[in-house]
Formats: sequence, C-alpha cells, structure tokens
Amino acid sequence: MVVGLINANPVVYEKKERRPRTGPVVLEDEYAVESIDHLVNFSLTFLHHIRDIKDPEHPYSLEDLKVITEDAIEVDDKRSYVRVTFTPTVEHCSMATVIGLCLRVKLMRSLPSRYKVDIRVAPGTHATEAAVNKQLNDKERVAAALENPNLVGMVDDCLAPSFE
Amino acid sequence: MASVSEDNLELQEIQKLEGHTDRVWGLAWNPTSGADGVPAVLASCSGDKTVKIWQKSPSTSSFHLKATIEETHTRTVRSCSWSPSGKLLATASFDATTAIWEQVGDDFECLATLEGHENEVKSVSWNASGSLLATCSRDKSIWIWEALPGNEFDCVSVLQGHTQDVKMVLWHPSEDILFSCSYDNTIKVWAEDGDSDDWHCVQTLKEANNGHSSTVWSISFNATGDKMVTSSDDLSIKVWGADIVRVQSGEGYAPWKHLCTLSGYHDRTVFSVHWSREGIISSGAADDAIRLFVENQDDLGDGPMYRLLSKKEKAHEQDVNCVQWGSKESGLLASSSDDCSVKIWKLGPRH
Repeated sequence: MVVGLINANPVVYEKKERRPRTGPVVLEDEYAVESIDHLVNFSLTFLHHIRDIKDPEHPYSLEDLKVITEDAIEVDDKRSYVRVTFTPTVEHCSMATVIGLCLRVKLMRSLPSRYKVDIRVAPGTHATEAAVNKQLNDKERVAAALENPNLVGMVDDCLAPSFE
Repeated sequence: MASVSEDNLELQEIQKLEGHTDRVWGLAWNPTSGADGVPAVLASCSGDKTVKIWQKSPSTSSFHLKATIEETHTRTVRSCSWSPSGKLLATASFDATTAIWEQVGDDFECLATLEGHENEVKSVSWNASGSLLATCSRDKSIWIWEALPGNEFDCVSVLQGHTQDVKMVLWHPSEDILFSCSYDNTIKVWAEDGDSDDWHCVQTLKEANNGHSSTVWSISFNATGDKMVTSSDDLSIKVWGADIVRVQSGEGYAPWKHLCTLSGYHDRTVFSVHWSREGIISSGAADDAIRLFVENQDDLGDGPMYRLLSKKEKAHEQDVNCVQWGSKESGLLASSSDDCSVKIWKLGPRH
C-alpha cells in the first residue's frame, strides 16, 4: 500500500445545488412512454448512483473533486448501453483503476443486468490512458480483481456513502 | 442436415441448463461421448467455483445434471478440458491451480493439482495424444506438463514471451505445436526443438501481420488443422492458414498467414470462436449474440473468404462467454453466459 497519498492536496469544488428529480423514473417499466425528459432523466438517475462514491484517498465524493461531473454519464437505454467518463485529479493517478472499479461495481449493483457498461478516463487526463481503459473494460480482469478481498474491502469503503 | 452452402439454416434452442449460481465461463464436450450408444456429456465451469457435468438421457433426449464438482477450487473455475481419451477432465482456476479429475462411478475424484503459476490460470489444453497438457496465466507464462504413469504430472517447460496476461492455449489437432493468445494482442506459436523439452516461440502474429488490435480471447482449428480462427476485443474474427503438408512433415516450420478478417458483425468483445467438423465457425460475444460463418463458395477473388450463415441475437440475456460444437452429433452447439445458464442449440432448417 502506498505510504504517501498520490494527491495530498486535492481541489475540492463548491457543491452545486442538486436538481430534484422530476418525478419517479421507472427503469424496469418496458412500456413507459418515451420523451426527451425521460431520456435526460436516465443520465441524471444513473449519475445519482455514482456521484457520492468516495474518493479512495480523501473524505470527499467523486463529484466534490470533479472526478465525476454531470456530463460523465452517457446512456442509450434502447441499446442498454452506458458509458462513464471520469477525470482523475492528477495525470499519474495510480488510483485510477480503483476509481474505475468502484464505478463499475456500483453500476453493476444498481442497474438492470441487461446494461453494458464501459468505463473510461476522460481523454487526455491520464498518462497511461489506453492501458487504464483496457484494464477497466476487461471483464475477466475485473472479475479476478473482485475476488481479491483487500480490493473488495477498499471498493466497499468507497461505495458506502453512495448507498445512503 | 441440409447442405451448409444453402442459406436456410438457423440455430434452434433445444434446452436451457440452469444450476450455476454465477456466470458460466467455459464448456467442454467429452470427445468420446455422443455416438455409438454413449450419451453426450458436457462439462461447464463457473464463477461459482464449481464444474457441472451434464449428460444427455437416451430416453428423453434432454440433458440432466449428472454431477457437480465442488470444494476443490477456491476461486472461479475459468476453463475446463477433457483428455482425448475422455477419461480425464482438467480444470483451470483463478486460484492459480489446475486440477485433474477422473470419473469414478457417479463422482469425480481429484487425481492431481498442478501448482506453479503465480496467479489466475486462464486456460488448459491437452495435446492430440493426451501426453501433454498446457496451461496459461495472468502471470504471462505458459506451462507445459507431461502426463506420466501413476497420475503424475511433471512440468517440462515454462514458456515466456507474451508481455501480458495469456488468455487461452490450444494444441494443434494433430501436431505437437502449441498456440496461445493474449491481452498483448498477439497470437504465438510454440514448437519443440527435436525432443529436447526445449520449447520456443516459432512465430508471433501481431497487428503488423494483419493481426488483432486488441486482446485476443480465443483460438480454434478446422478439422484438417490447416486453418485457424481467432476472436478479439477488437470486435473482429480472423482466419489464418498454413501449408498443412509442411506442418505435418515437420521439415522446418510452416508459417501461418492471415487469410480473412470478419468485422462489422459483433459490436462488443468476441469471447469465443469454435470451428465445427463440417466447417461452420461459431462465435459468441458480449453483445449476447451467437453468429455462424462459413466459407464463401461464390468467392471470385484470390483465396478463401467467409460469410455470415446465420445469427442468433439475444441468444442469452447477457454476454456469451463460450461456444462449443458437440463432439459427434452434427449441428449440436452449446453456449454459456454471464446469465448463469448453458444453452443447447441445434442447427436446422429455418422455419
């Protein structure tokens, strides 16, 4: 385990006032009438699952640190596809794979199983962007990582605040 | 069965086998079962740490669970493979071991546990004669084991060369030549120098040789062993060929060349490909679909080309991890998925 923090002085952004969700969004209802509002709600609803995930190193949420922003999630519900783009706080962040794993696990536990989820770092924000993205999207590597109790413990700690 | 060149075939779902409590990663048909009064036997392995053995009942023609192998592997069982005699089953696990099992009555007994890899074992393969076993791992190495009398397995070589996680190993159907594919986007070919246990890499198929541009997940040979098909995270399926006479003569090494790339069919990672004895390539992917490809008889250009024969979209509710044609019965296909199920399909005339 790294002794010094990767980023000892993260920038913490002022919390934006949360837009209340306009009415219930029923994900499992296959016969719901579709509208533009409905589509926007998917992105915001899914964002709701991940914005409060705690950063692995600091007592702040991924949203506080602008690792996740409102544009972070792209949803194509018809094709059951979700893409999450996150921005590590520093270019050489070795916590990038942990953050990516947290995002994947949270979405796996929150979304219907038909969803295909791709996780990536925002282009240009990480020194080994291609390598991180490849690892985060290799299903077998993710499965093996999630059989590692230490890693699972770390992920669960990060996810705990986001389930409230 | 209708001729393969006719465009009127589709996969019909015969049965869904449920029982695993986590994703089913791999499948293996027992090679000596499925004909001459011996009922077909299929092994499936899972993230639930077990291996299940399914047998076709002669009276009802449906598969039932014959045995569950549990309590040996302590993590996901990623791959399983029967020896050519059909008597032994090898299982490869994320717990870094490979176990060898023998059927004793209705149970399976563990004969040996092969240790050595530093981390998750991804794949295991027997050579044509059953004298050698190969395993590969995220530790980037491939181990070759010799099967000795008394159920002993000795490591005869450790192959280094891949620069990343090795996803699958497969022996050539007739020669003692080993093929491997990896997260490093390459396919490597390994052969022995004489009889010296000195194995080395004789060819690497990289992106520059018309190879894949992302992780290669799966390899399969045609019946004659002169063609090979591979599948990748780059969403494509590639067909390769070698001069079979040279391969068999053992006179120097016969190189493999790219013949054809099938792309634009699957839109997510293609985890598995398998070539049937009748020449149909099946593919299973993370887009939940199974596709079938055959050689294009109407080809007017140079060299063989392949075309889509049929597709089964939503073959499963989630990713398809493995597709395997039956050992004897023609047109029988098994598939396994993240949805925890195994499905049995029959290729037949379209309704």
